[in-house]
Amino acid sequence: MSDLSDLYQEVILDHNRTPRNFRALDGANRRAEGFNPLCGDRLTLFLQLDGDVIRDVSFQGSGCAISKASASLMTEALKGRTVADAEALFQRFHRMVTSPPDTAVEDLGKLSVFAGVREFPVRVKCASLAWHTMKAAVKAEKPEVVSTE
Amino acid sequence: MTPQAGVKADSTTASEPRGRVFDAARVREDFPILAQRVHGKRLAYLDSANTSQKPRAVLDALDRYYEQANANIHRATHVLSERATQGYEAAREKARRFVNAADTRSIILTRGTTDGINLVAQTYGRMVLKPGAEVLLSWMEHHSNIVPWQLVCEQTGATLRVAPINDRGELIMDEFDRLLSDRTRIVAVAHVSNALGTINPVDEIVRRAHERGAVVIIDGAQAAPHLPIDVQAIGCDFYALSGHKMYGPTATGLLFGRPELLERMPPYQGGGDMIQSVTFEKTTYNVLPYKFEAGTPNIAGVVGFGAAIDYLQGFDRAAVLAHEDALLEEATERVAAIPGVRIFGTARRKTGVLSFTLDGIHAHDVGTILDAEGVAVRSGQHCAQPVMDWFGVPATIRASFGIYNTIEDVDALVAGLRKAREMFAA
Repeated sequence: MSDLSDLYQEVILDHNRTPRNFRALDGANRRAEGFNPLCGDRLTLFLQLDGDVIRDVSFQGSGCAISKASASLMTEALKGRTVADAEALFQRFHRMVTSPPDTAVEDLGKLSVFAGVREFPVRVKCASLAWHTMKAAVKAEKPEVVSTE
Repeated sequence: MTPQAGVKADSTTASEPRGRVFDAARVREDFPILAQRVHGKRLAYLDSANTSQKPRAVLDALDRYYEQANANIHRATHVLSERATQGYEAAREKARRFVNAADTRSIILTRGTTDGINLVAQTYGRMVLKPGAEVLLSWMEHHSNIVPWQLVCEQTGATLRVAPINDRGELIMDEFDRLLSDRTRIVAVAHVSNALGTINPVDEIVRRAHERGAVVIIDGAQAAPHLPIDVQAIGCDFYALSGHKMYGPTATGLLFGRPELLERMPPYQGGGDMIQSVTFEKTTYNVLPYKFEAGTPNIAGVVGFGAAIDYLQGFDRAAVLAHEDALLEEATERVAAIPGVRIFGTARRKTGVLSFTLDGIHAHDVGTILDAEGVAVRSGQHCAQPVMDWFGVPATIRASFGIYNTIEDVDALVAGLRKAREMFAA
């Protein structure tokens, strides 16, 4: 195993302490729940879709630093993207966190801080939870207006 | 911590010669896996409540079985089959003595505690449960002592009741009494809680349940590696445990059942070895305990289970327990002194596990940081989600202790936790 600082980079610790877009979303029309029974991570993802464009995205829940920071950075990365673009980005993100440790990885901007996860295979699920939940949310058959009480 | 009634403090149930002086550092050398370094660090294995490591004696027994005795049991005339059968049945006899059962027919060899509980739920449970009847559990049960009862309640229309626990993680006996009624047919409780370490007053639970005409099944998975077990003193109707938690191979275990109940119960699974005669018109079942052991079992595993019993019973069990409890006490004191620590499970009688959270750091992150320091713990819900919900936490860190743990393991745990705090300091 390489150094823990590869996993817990300062950006990740920061997003864990102060997650961005950490709220219920007024005007959300898609919503999904994500749950990782291994560690008890739970999150609710809110999307506001305008046609196939993600106008706004937010999340709530509790989880480990990796899952929380991943959800936080994901919400920043998705705003303004089309659904197809978001799903393509998930594929590239997933490839990055599951590639063999000593190989080169694609530069995914701020999301590249999660490249260290590939050296900790049990944590891949934590890093991917928000993304899987996003995929479930856009597929939600009935657009659901979410109350924010 | 003090042994309870129903538990023999002097461990007189063993058959093996007494007298191996207990020395944890020497004991550690009996376990080849503990000699390795992980991530360049000395391995501090503090996850025995999850599964224990196996001593050389058990590993050798498995090798010896496959090299010298492997054959199917109870059904061939050749010498290998005789050896295999002899090894398998010798392990059953060791298992009988381990729980101090009076009758070998009362010992069913299983795949583990989960298997034993499901067996009772699907045979005795289906026989006695019906609408209006109730099954009573405690709030601290492992999922394996919850879900089998939910299944059989759905199948039969019976109702599940759950006795609450207090802030220390102890069963509230007054509430237990209030929920116990003439409708209660089955009481299912852990001897020792896997998530909290609480030792339940099983003899008292059995006495009160029997007054109401209910039978009692005890989940002994966490008790078996620590407490001497005496099913006659406890007075329970069923007692299930797992070999892999007590230094034996995975997928082994025993279910003790009172023979008069086992006789009345229908078989669990059908197949070879559990029958006396089969025609398409009528099948007669085998005698106890074989009626409940369908198919070719985990013969090598059972032989290894027997070796694990010999290994454990070769020690002065009271000395082992005193050592484990002293480590638990030391670890509890030193972990509690770390800022932001909250401990779950502070029962007056507990053993084996220390469950806690670190404020501001998720249990899973703590687990990863400890792993990098060579410290193996479990972080999560410990297959006891209702316990976590009861205390309102998503997950805890659990350090659990076994026969091979030493003060160095506690040192490594405490140092790792301090490192986690530093890393996550704002």
